[in-house]
Formats: sequence, C-alpha cells, structure tokens
Amino acid sequence: MNAETGAEVTITVNGEQRLAGAGSSLLDLVEALGFAGRPIAVEIDGDVVPRSRLGERAVGGGERIEIVTFVGGG
Amino acid sequence: MDDSNVTDREAPAGSDHPLVVGGMTLASRLIVGTGKYSTFAEMGRCLAASGTDCVTVAVRRERLVNAAGENILDHIDASRYALLPNTAGCYSADDAVRVARLGRELLRDMGSSSSEWVKLEVLGDRRTLLPDPVGTLAATERLVADGFTVLVYTSDDPVIAKRLKDLGAASVMPAGSPIGSGQGVLNANNLRICLEYLKEDDPSYPVIVDAGVGTASDVAVAMELGADGVLLNTAIAHARDPVRMAEAMRAACLAGRLAFLAGRMPRRLYATASSPDEGSIARLRS
Repeated sequence: MNAETGAEVTITVNGEQRLAGAGSSLLDLVEALGFAGRPIAVEIDGDVVPRSRLGERAVGGGERIEIVTFVGGG
Repeated sequence: MDDSNVTDREAPAGSDHPLVVGGMTLASRLIVGTGKYSTFAEMGRCLAASGTDCVTVAVRRERLVNAAGENILDHIDASRYALLPNTAGCYSADDAVRVARLGRELLRDMGSSSSEWVKLEVLGDRRTLLPDPVGTLAATERLVADGFTVLVYTSDDPVIAKRLKDLGAASVMPAGSPIGSGQGVLNANNLRICLEYLKEDDPSYPVIVDAGVGTASDVAVAMELGADGVLLNTAIAHARDPVRMAEAMRAACLAGRLAFLAGRMPRRLYATASSPDEGSIARLRS
C-alpha cells in the first residue's frame, strides 16, 4: 500500500482488477460502484466486513474483495 | 417394531405439531427454492401457490456493470417468507463457511429473523452435485461453533446423517436423488433408516428431504415415509405450468403428511377382498 505517496492501489473486486485511491475505504468503493442502498455483503481477503464498518476499513494494494447479493437458488 | 420388516415409521400419537427448525416454527412443511424461474413475477406466484413460508436463496457476486437491475429481494416479501441462504456451488468447507457468513451479513443488514440460518451444501462433484461428506462434516462443525442454525444437505447415508446431527445440525436434509434430477426418492429404505436413526431418541428432530423431487407424488412419498418437510425448486420452476405445479406440491405435501399421521395399511402379497364373501348369490352351473 502506498498511502504516503497518495498514489492509487490495485485491488481485485469480484475477480476484476481495479484501482482505488490509497487510503480509501470499502464504503468509498461500494459508493463508487453504485451499490449504496443495495442489498450487498462485502468480504475482504476472506473476512466479512459488517456494513456498519465499511467506512472504517481501508483497502490495501493486492487485497481481494468480494461484493455479493442474493440471487435465485435452491 | 420387528426390525426385520421394511415398515414405514409410525407417526407419534396425538394431533400434529408444526415444523420447528432451530427454534423457528414454519407453517408450511415445504421449503421452496427461488432459482430457475423465467421471471421474478412467476417466482412470486409460485411461492404463493406452494403455501411455503420459507424460501432458499443463493449468494452470488453483484454485477459490477449494469447492476441497476432488479434484485430478487424486491420480489420476496421478507415479512411473509423466512429467507434461507444456501452455500450452493461450494466445493470446500472453507468456501461454504465464507458464503454462509456473507449470507448472514446480508440477512443481518435486512434485519431478518432468520439471519443465523444457512442451508449448507458442500459439493463433491460437478456432474452429480453429490455432497462431499468430509467437507460437509467439517463445515457443519465450524458453522455450528460460529452460531449458525445449520440445515445441512447430505446424501441418504444414515451414518453421515447421524454424524451431522451429533455435530449440532439443526436439521439434516438427505437427498431423495441428485439435485435437479427429478428422479424422486430413489432409496426409500435409506431414508427410512435415516429417519429411524435421527429420531430414535428425539422424535421431533426435523428431517427434511432435500433435492430430487420431480413431481407431486415424490413429495407425497417423502412425507409418507415420515419426513418433516421437503425442500424443492426445479420441479416447480421447470414444470410446464409452474404455478399449477406449485399448487400440486402444496397438496401433495399435505396429503403425504396426513397419510403418514393416519398410518398406512400393511403391504400384502395376496389380495384381500373388500366386499364380503357372505351373501354372495349362488353360482350357476356351467
């Protein structure tokens, strides 16, 4: 993570690489993706982050993020 | 009971009790999946026609592009249906635990009353979708320790079924036949043994037949054997007229339950006349 340089970091979101502002939070990411207010759950490197704490968790370079919702299933 | 005979489980005496799983009472003994419907509107009509009050949902990645479409939750009244998230598509205990936790977070965010519920599937093989018993046992243990109410999909193997119950599963859900195969109950005797083993000291322990139902009579067969409920999806969604089939499933579930409670007559090799011999008219000489 290059927070001190103010550079962007590369993260993987749902299998796709993308850039995020260094020091930005999961909440920033969720909002940038247009998911605010939608039913989603977020996992970062295998750990679920409760929705109420998305703003506290900064994303770091190389981290793998999964953003999921419910779909039809049996 | 004479253990050497193949007999159906006897219903407990007295009036019927509703299905209770993990402390939650369900009005219907059918749990219905929400997959494979052609539209959300049709799914909604089918859920209503089935009489269910508990539906399964899957956890999948939200689309990063064009995510503005409708969400299935816009079409499921969460005050009417308890949501049961599954771990479908998981081939390891690790992935199943992750998906269960994501489903729980989704439910908690909704304020759902069933937020600790999970339908656990740990699959072993993509062609058969048969469960991986080792992974299923491991995931059950971890999820129970994490506070989940685990309804666990398994094969009809009575030994594994018993192990899953011993690990703390809230309901063991043996398959009638492979998921989505529509072959019905292939091994009624294994289900009979599962029911005996799981309920012998604990008659109210809920056993739900999950997977394999093809048509209404399959539901009736499972319920007549003494299952507490049936979980199905494809048999409704892929019927020619899904809403009508949902209604048939509701009726079959009720019919099967009533037949189980009523207790079937014994099977006999030879006929027994229903009309009396006495008073038959004289035979004419030929």
